[in-house]
Amino acid sequence: MQVYLPIAEISVNAFLLLGIGGLVGILSGMFGVGGGFLITPLLFFIGIPPAVAVATSTNQVVASSFSALLAHLKRKTVDMKMGTVLLVGGLAGSALGVLLFNFLRSLGQVDLLVQLCYVLFLGVIGALMFVESLNAIRRANRPGARVVRRKHNWVHNLPFKMKFRVSGLYISVVPPLLVGVLVGVLAAIMGVGGGFIMVPAMIYLLGMPTKVVIGTSLFQIIFVAGFTTVLHATTNHTVDVVLALLLLIGGVIGAQFGTRWGVRMKAEQLRILLATLVLGVCIKLAIDLLIQPTELYSLTAGAL
Amino acid sequence: MIRLVIFMILLAFPALAEEEIVLGLSHDQVAITATFEGSDILVFGAVRRETPIPDKSELGVIVTIAGPDMPVDIWRKDRRAGIWINTDEVEVDAAPSFYAVATSAPMRDVLHHVEDLQYRITAPRKIRAIGGQVSDSVAFMNALIRIRTDEGLYQRLEGAVDLEQDTLFRTAITLPANLTEGIYETRIFLTRNGRVIDEYITEIPVRKVGLERWLYNLAHNQSLIYALMSLAIAIGAGWGASAIFGMIRR
Repeated sequence: MQVYLPIAEISVNAFLLLGIGGLVGILSGMFGVGGGFLITPLLFFIGIPPAVAVATSTNQVVASSFSALLAHLKRKTVDMKMGTVLLVGGLAGSALGVLLFNFLRSLGQVDLLVQLCYVLFLGVIGALMFVESLNAIRRANRPGARVVRRKHNWVHNLPFKMKFRVSGLYISVVPPLLVGVLVGVLAAIMGVGGGFIMVPAMIYLLGMPTKVVIGTSLFQIIFVAGFTTVLHATTNHTVDVVLALLLLIGGVIGAQFGTRWGVRMKAEQLRILLATLVLGVCIKLAIDLLIQPTELYSLTAGAL
Repeated sequence: MIRLVIFMILLAFPALAEEEIVLGLSHDQVAITATFEGSDILVFGAVRRETPIPDKSELGVIVTIAGPDMPVDIWRKDRRAGIWINTDEVEVDAAPSFYAVATSAPMRDVLHHVEDLQYRITAPRKIRAIGGQVSDSVAFMNALIRIRTDEGLYQRLEGAVDLEQDTLFRTAITLPANLTEGIYETRIFLTRNGRVIDEYITEIPVRKVGLERWLYNLAHNQSLIYALMSLAIAIGAGWGASAIFGMIRR
């Protein structure tokens, strides 16, 4: 069944979109990621204009994150105060990102920027996660070894200290603000929630306890992704609500299956699978940049 | 003297008043709905003439359908620091978003290149004015036509017009699903020995209708409301999913 997307102005098979949404939903159910980093490249692949794909993905991120946040709120694993600080940085970063996005769009380099961001961040995060989960699997096989608790680092010596009760932290607000800005910029440029950057940053840089990290990250991602959606919709008119809706329906159903399959697997195995997937997407995008494309020319809508 | 001039003019344009196009269309408009999959436009007609069919020259029919003109930027990638990035750009002031040319015989038999320049019939002639920043702008032009041809947006259908007994003609032109809305100008040319002897122009409006129209207008005219609506749908879907999950777990 073909559906004409009113903003993307192309006709796409509805089942294909439901399938993509479903596939990413399965992954987000299994791994607890928003899936924006997979949906955006997949949308490029089926011919959705990059600007529409990026803007619409942010809307999809809002939905999947909100669904997951509700579960975390019930378990009281959300640090609202830390989330709000991250959010302030995130909103500033998001506005900066949309400005940057529009500027590069006028230069014709948006595709390049988006692809480079993907290659860089997916590569780094994927590799780190892969090594970390391999070590975890090795540790699990050697029961004598214990995880060393992290000591204070330079992060704890900065000014403007604040108490975060849920996280049990007393640290400066500067690092969370900066992490927020970074994630906001990425959300705008890459069409992702930024969870895959935020989560490691909160654990390793801020030293937050792992159990509150995901809920807090989701809390702030919803607002940043929502704000980014509004910015893209009002400045570029590139959010396609029909596209978003089809992806959402698929995603909701997929997430249900993903969660069920996820509980049967070990945490380290899940992480190593996710790392492999992230690295796979990264390598595919890198190859596209490095190998001579079959069509050297491309078209973009001109200014009047 | 005047008689001689009139005689010369008549000699130079012998067929001007003799043969005319009478036209019919299967659609006088195209509506883009939510399930739009493209549309076939049937263009048919007849050649009306007061005199017997001239038998010395070859009659040709050319049908063109052109979507609204849009500016477009053509980019070319080049290798910089090991990666392929957009380096050169050519800005085209106006290129039709859709362009189909159907003829009754091979293009060079039905259309003289001088006439092509004057009436702008083939795709390279139809695309207007390139800002000349690069030396090989022809390559960019060819790329534009090639990319749009691959997408089914530009079509060159030589021999696709059926011409029967030099009088009745018909052709079907497929409008693809990825159409831009606007006025689609439809032109029919009658040629003899490659010279245009009659031209007929009509318009086919292509419009989004219903939900598509409403969403498009909302996104462009009241973008804030549209954005909030998109967010509400996302939040609603997220909440709905969570609620259903909860019910299933219980």
